Amino acid sequence: MSAAVSPAPTFFSHSLFGKWLLLRRASQLAILALFLLGPWFGIWIVKGNLSSSLILGMLPLTDPLLVLQSLAAGHVPYRDALLGAAIVILSYLLIGGRVFCSWVCPVNVVTDAAAALRRKLGIKGGRAPAASTRYWLLGGILVASAITGGIVWEFVNPVSMLHRGLIFGMGLAWALILGIFLYDLLVASRGWCGHLCPMGAMYSLLGRTALLRVSANKRAACDDCMDCFVVCPEPQVIRPALKGAGTDSPVILDANCTNCGRCIDVCNRDVFRFTQRFDRRTTP
Amino acid sequence: MSEKTRREFLRQSAGAVGGACLFSLGLGLYARQVSALPATALRPPGALAEKDFLSACVRCGLCVRDCPYDTLKLSTLGETVATGTPYFEARKIPCEMCEDIPCVKACPTGALDRSLTEINKSRMGLAALVDQETCLNFLGLRCDVCYRVCPVIDKAITLERVHNPRSDRHAMLLPTVHSDHCTGCGKCEKSCVLPEAAIKVFPVKMAKGKLPEHYRKGWEEKEKHGGSLIGDQIQMPTRRPEQTVPGSAPGGLDSGWKP
Repeated sequence: MSAAVSPAPTFFSHSLFGKWLLLRRASQLAILALFLLGPWFGIWIVKGNLSSSLILGMLPLTDPLLVLQSLAAGHVPYRDALLGAAIVILSYLLIGGRVFCSWVCPVNVVTDAAAALRRKLGIKGGRAPAASTRYWLLGGILVASAITGGIVWEFVNPVSMLHRGLIFGMGLAWALILGIFLYDLLVASRGWCGHLCPMGAMYSLLGRTALLRVSANKRAACDDCMDCFVVCPEPQVIRPALKGAGTDSPVILDANCTNCGRCIDVCNRDVFRFTQRFDRRTTP
Repeated sequence: MSEKTRREFLRQSAGAVGGACLFSLGLGLYARQVSALPATALRPPGALAEKDFLSACVRCGLCVRDCPYDTLKLSTLGETVATGTPYFEARKIPCEMCEDIPCVKACPTGALDRSLTEINKSRMGLAALVDQETCLNFLGLRCDVCYRVCPVIDKAITLERVHNPRSDRHAMLLPTVHSDHCTGCGKCEKSCVLPEAAIKVFPVKMAKGKLPEHYRKGWEEKEKHGGSLIGDQIQMPTRRPEQTVPGSAPGGLDSGWKP
């Protein structure tokens, strides 16, 4: 395989290997492992789950969407939860909201697997709802929380159910996760994370000003092989940066970019790299 | 934007809005439906009233982690308790009523109210001796186990002595729950010796009756007032069969009273 010729995209090159993919899986696994160290081995570094946790008995972290729903439902949480949500919000404002989706969220492993299998089996078509559905859903659950006076999304939220399930006991949540896998595999490509999940929608809104971004800084070297578009969970975010359509900046500024780094992994011309959002440099 | 893409855009947007609204509506209705707490599930100490609890609890399980007796657990999908929320079942593992109440301290949101500092003031549920037909004390035996294990013994459960009409010469000591002291910890239900407990702990709302607001208990009002509120009452004569005068009308209706 010479560097001059792009190799044909294969299942393996697209879905199983790559530095950033391995790092991402390691991150997802390590976070889960931290939560499991306590109940499995009695090493209490982190207590709780992704909904709210306490690190080393002092640092609280709380899911901001839960706090929002709680506020909408008319309950003002204690300072612990408010502080926890503030820490989470500030962190993701810096590193990109949807970093949660690709580096932390356990459902990402499920939907990535569905997307990989979909590519491998060559399943095309299906019917995806508009990508804006998630924002309407985000608004919808806040209104529903306000009307019913309860945190409604938690009755069905597959993200917290999977994570809580792995730590505290799963119950029938497996069926829900299987449902999402099959939905992404057969009905809508990247349907859950890219079109429906209101948690992802909230993190998208948080990610609008993120400092950490991917840049197509060597976009001049792009040979239009389309590998990045194939693996990207939000392919629409690449075009403006890579093709310079309507922008000078090679930086992917779209809030829906999850900073997963898959494009960096698969590009044979090393077009992409991680940088900060004001880095407008391009190299030929 | 061409006419065709505009039409497409409008169609897609309408689908997104409509779909999201319908889904949220369904979710709200579903949430309302599954918000009822089943009879065997008890909330941790200091839990807000069920409706407020569901607006405050983020299902993080920190209370579960800090419970030293593995009493608390998080509900999973498919159980009748709202998914992910903490509860316990008295018959399985009751609350041991820790004096420092670690579960309440652990709650980051206030779903468990930190104004609860004395565990004896918690109201997780209310015990009720639901089956007098099988309770051994009601059968005239001296079981007393529920009474003896009660952490608030002689206040939350007392033994009330009554005549045993069956043997006509023994007493029955009936376990009696008093709601102003029962914390609903569940130790009585846990320790009931029967295969199915005769005394059970329910969420307070399920176990407790309520008098109409305007009812007054005469004997309490009298005590408060320091005497009868309606003046002295005429003492009516007692009419008892054994007081009948020999030779009076059969049936003993003549009390012998004369004006």
